[in-house]
Amino acid sequence: MTADRIRIGFLPLVDAALPILAREQGFAEAEGLEIELVRDMSWATVRDRLLYGHTDAAHMLAPLAIATALGRGRPAEDMTVPFVLGLNGNAVTFSVPLAAETLTGDGLGDPLAVGAALRSVAEARAKAGKMLRFGVVHRYSSHNYMLRYWLAAVGIRPDVDVEIVTISPPFAADALAAGVVDGLCVGEPWNSVAVDRGVGRIALVTAQIWRRGVEKVLAMRSATAERSPEVVQRLIRALHAAAAAFVAPGTAEASAAILARPGYLDAPEDAVLRAITDRVRLAQGQPPTHIPDFMFQYREAANFPWRSQAAWLYSQMLRWDGTRYSAEEAARAEGVFRPDLYRAALAGSGAVLPGASSKLEGAIGGSLGVGSVQGRLMLGADRFFDGRSFDPDDIPGYLGGLP
Amino acid sequence: MRIAIIDTSTTRAAIISEGLKEAGLDDLVVIDGDGPLVAQIEAANPEVVLINLENPSRDMLEEYFVVSRALARPIAMFVDQSNPETTAAAVDAGVSAYIIDGLSKQRIMPVIDLAVRRFNAFARLQAELHEAKSALADRAAIDKAKTILMRRRGIDEPAAYALLRGHAMKSNRRIGEVAEAIITSEQLMGDLP
Repeated sequence: MTADRIRIGFLPLVDAALPILAREQGFAEAEGLEIELVRDMSWATVRDRLLYGHTDAAHMLAPLAIATALGRGRPAEDMTVPFVLGLNGNAVTFSVPLAAETLTGDGLGDPLAVGAALRSVAEARAKAGKMLRFGVVHRYSSHNYMLRYWLAAVGIRPDVDVEIVTISPPFAADALAAGVVDGLCVGEPWNSVAVDRGVGRIALVTAQIWRRGVEKVLAMRSATAERSPEVVQRLIRALHAAAAAFVAPGTAEASAAILARPGYLDAPEDAVLRAITDRVRLAQGQPPTHIPDFMFQYREAANFPWRSQAAWLYSQMLRWDGTRYSAEEAARAEGVFRPDLYRAALAGSGAVLPGASSKLEGAIGGSLGVGSVQGRLMLGADRFFDGRSFDPDDIPGYLGGLP
Repeated sequence: MRIAIIDTSTTRAAIISEGLKEAGLDDLVVIDGDGPLVAQIEAANPEVVLINLENPSRDMLEEYFVVSRALARPIAMFVDQSNPETTAAAVDAGVSAYIIDGLSKQRIMPVIDLAVRRFNAFARLQAELHEAKSALADRAAIDKAKTILMRRRGIDEPAAYALLRGHAMKSNRRIGEVAEAIITSEQLMGDLP
């Protein structure tokens, strides 16, 4: 990273929108930055390029940034997340045969009802020796944790009653078509691509599992962030400006046209446009369904890196890796998210800045005004579908209460 | 020491295999990228897995290496902490190595060094090939543009070439680009008086 040039790695997904648009629509330039984007096909390679200096920052799965900081699967490396690239935006898509067995009606399913139907199919399939298999995009992904959260809460034990494997997002539709998996939890536009090809049907969106689930983040090595704090601040401002424009009325078509390009998502423009306007086609031939909370790129200070979000991801990492809670590790996991850097970059701008750095997750039922140091912050309902809430100060207690 | 090679380029896989064999590392399995990867790896039971960085299957393989009960010992990406340049050189070359738990660094180093050299050699080869191809395409375009200039301006071949070259130098472009522009304009406007 030089004073005015920053390389950002990404995977072809709709939620890579902010760095792409910051480059293409002049928000980076306005901050005197030139963003160079490096496209890859696996998260492992996005991570390796970041760690070995091919890139300065990356569009990254939030749990992967934390797993890298904790040294899961490789030597630990200090990581910094100063900005969240979005909330939710993923879906659970079933193969056409599984959808026929479990889904009723044309609309979006109810997590409990779909869960109950899925449970009996999973039992029958396990008895027949053909266990249901689901694909997620990475072991350390919110997709994996959301899918597992939902399955466990409806009485389906991941790894026991159903198998969960890893599939690269652009190959999701192929995997459904070939019968490699019976269902998937993946980001857009890859659910929509599967639907349009007639090989899958969207059963749920992840916003139904957790209304405000943290998704991709901007991740950097802490060494990079410490070396050039001023460049990081300019990058945060450029991404924040891109986010504001991204959700402004009348900009979606232009954004979709850019994102769909071969060098970025290389995906059908219409599927991209549907995703970024919260209109999701659930089954082939149906008109799109409007899902107001489908993905969040800006509103409600969505880009603010709440330490409690990192804490929830850490709790799920313990839950599914089967490792034990450690206060020291929890502090390191939470410390990856850096609300202080976010505030420093956006102080004095029009951005809404929350006063707290951590909150009770899943505790807001309606709409709630929250303390802020700048601007007025209203948070919408952020419930988990099973009504549980998460207190970041009591991870062991939370884990003890989960199925 | 059994080494498995997974590469989206079959040519590069062959180049690496050849290099390893020359170095006396001949217990090799080249995994067919179009077939079922996990089943092939299970059958091969390798101690070292070399995979190209752009391979879209890396996440799937890392997951498999971590959780598979079929593997007697876990496999993890080779990261030499005492000598970070080694891993960096591999990432620079575009290859990552996964090794089984407990394999000594002394045994793995020659494999990595060799893979890096072969990956770099392959990249050079590709660059040269690309250069040769574009030189060939340039030559064809220049010949065509010369013919157009000779006919339209009533000049001979050396004069047509000098015209092309002079314009390229003045406008700071390659002769091939100028030639392409002439061909395009001839296609669009050649029938005009």
